[in-house]
Amino acid sequence: MNPVLKVVDLEVSYYTDAGRAKALDQVNLELNAGEKIGLVGESGSGKSTMALAMMRMIKPPGRIENGQVIVDGTNLTSLSEDEMLRARLSKIAYIPQGAMNSLNPVTRIGAQMIDAIKAHEPTMSKADMKARSIKSLESVELKPEVFKMYAHELSGGMKQRVCIAIGILLEPKVIIADEPTSALDVVTQRQVMETINKVQAEMGAAVILIGHDMGLMAQSMDKVAVMYAGRLVEVSTVKEMFTEPKHPYSQALIRSLPKLDVRGVFQGIPGLAPSLLRLPTGCAFHPRCQEIMDKCKTVRPENQMLASGSRVTCHLYGEGA
Amino acid sequence: MNFRTLSKRLLFLFMVVWAASTITFFIPRISPRNPVRERFAELARTGGFSPEDLEVIVADYSKRFGLDKPLLQQYGDYMWGIARFDLGISLNKFPKTVMQLIFESLPWTIGLVFITTILSFVLGNWLGALAAWPKSPDWLKSVATSFVLFQGVPPVLLGILLIFFIGFKLKMLPLGGAYSIGTVPSMSLNFIFDLLRHQLLPGLALVLGSVGGWVISMRGMGVTIQGEDYVTFAEHKGLGSRAIFRDYYLRNALLPQVTGLALALGNLVTSAIVVEGIFALPGIGTMLNSAIRSNDFSVIYGIVLFITIAIATLMVIVEFIYPLLDPRIRHQ
Repeated sequence: MNPVLKVVDLEVSYYTDAGRAKALDQVNLELNAGEKIGLVGESGSGKSTMALAMMRMIKPPGRIENGQVIVDGTNLTSLSEDEMLRARLSKIAYIPQGAMNSLNPVTRIGAQMIDAIKAHEPTMSKADMKARSIKSLESVELKPEVFKMYAHELSGGMKQRVCIAIGILLEPKVIIADEPTSALDVVTQRQVMETINKVQAEMGAAVILIGHDMGLMAQSMDKVAVMYAGRLVEVSTVKEMFTEPKHPYSQALIRSLPKLDVRGVFQGIPGLAPSLLRLPTGCAFHPRCQEIMDKCKTVRPENQMLASGSRVTCHLYGEGA
Repeated sequence: MNFRTLSKRLLFLFMVVWAASTITFFIPRISPRNPVRERFAELARTGGFSPEDLEVIVADYSKRFGLDKPLLQQYGDYMWGIARFDLGISLNKFPKTVMQLIFESLPWTIGLVFITTILSFVLGNWLGALAAWPKSPDWLKSVATSFVLFQGVPPVLLGILLIFFIGFKLKMLPLGGAYSIGTVPSMSLNFIFDLLRHQLLPGLALVLGSVGGWVISMRGMGVTIQGEDYVTFAEHKGLGSRAIFRDYYLRNALLPQVTGLALALGNLVTSAIVVEGIFALPGIGTMLNSAIRSNDFSVIYGIVLFITIAIATLMVIVEFIYPLLDPRIRHQ
């Protein structure tokens, strides 16, 4: 199967007064149509930067240094600004983190859906645009009346659904949802996740879900990608990730999840995430790693595909291990 | 805007008018000065009639103005007059009524001060919005912010500097007056052109003096709005920067500025007094100034009351416009 999303050697740096911070370092990812992947990692590990880089929305002082983002055969990094404007939402859509404030308070929801359609299909008739918007609202289980409403008349969960409805207006091939449930209570979280799953199944789009919640990932994702200090350290299927995690950081993450049957002290991961300005040499995780080898302190591990289908960036695997 | 809010606002306007007119009624009557006597004493000094007749004349005029009646009855008459838009008769320009005087001078003030206030609002907000917009060219940003410099110059000084350099040294524009001496006001093109030439310098003084304020406040608002999630999400939707500027950025950043406009309109008369004075222009400011000089109490209080009512009405109008701009306050 031809992957619908292919991220090749993506690199992003932020140029700060204190120096260059490498926020994304040689990130590789492949995603098939209809596949759902969860992207987890500590705060500052580069999850949101990766989402923004895929949308080509990195703003100065940040810059995409290298790499390609190929969606449905089109290389986004080589498009002109105007072409990229048209690609946003129609090829790759982004559902924002702060859905509470992501809607314009002074215009109606309908106007905010129609301007999005109009930007991509200027020749479409007004009635068709409205019909499509209402269809989109209905597919996220909102009433058609929402079309005429303002953001302040909606609850948090409804606003998040509106954002999803806007995201799927043009049936994009790839949907990036950046912590879409983080500001919601668990019941609403579940409803929103079900909505995402439903529209994803209907459209067959690939979904990247960014979040911290491992439980959420286990419930509704096919694959999990773990980020550490700007690198994807492991990409595995959900089953593999929860039963047999490969990378020591993933192993530590899974171990730190509280279990119902074993009561006791929570197991954390010793140490702190490194500053992107002063990354440790070799493998960035080596100061916190329990299986450290001499090689880890000096040699940077390469990303490699294992026989099981997982991709790991660690010296424990592959040749010389 | 429902009926309840509407009637509440109108009731509030009515209360303001009532309070203002009551205050303007009682203040001159608390004062020990008698404007009628002062006026005729002055005339008697210059020798129009014998001082013995003064008391008779004062008594006669007090009767004409109704000043001999009991205070409560005077108050009633006065309020009834206001209800009929009758602010009494000028003491100095007798027998012209105060209303006549106001309507003679008002068009001049509206033509200059009101229009320049609106003009600076539009210009200042436009420049401020562009100054904060990351995609606007650098030269535009520096032009916009340079207006802030003039904000520190008092309007009196700005007016005098403009008269000195542009009017006196360069002789590009007239020094003052509403139109050239000797011309007769008419609707001819020549006269209108002459009128505009005379309004240009005072207009410039007013606009330069206030644009900077709008620029800084709008730029500040603009920077805040750009950090809002809905502007970022609009970019994610693939909207062009024109649409984002207009519908997401400007619409939201303008909201507090409209409140600012209402407050600026309240300062209209203060600017009128200063600018009309410097440029020797007719208008409400000049009228008020000359009334104060000649102790023309009925004109002073008439103008004060008129302005209070006008500004209170403008405020209510702005309040009616505000919900049209911001749906969030529509249901409150």
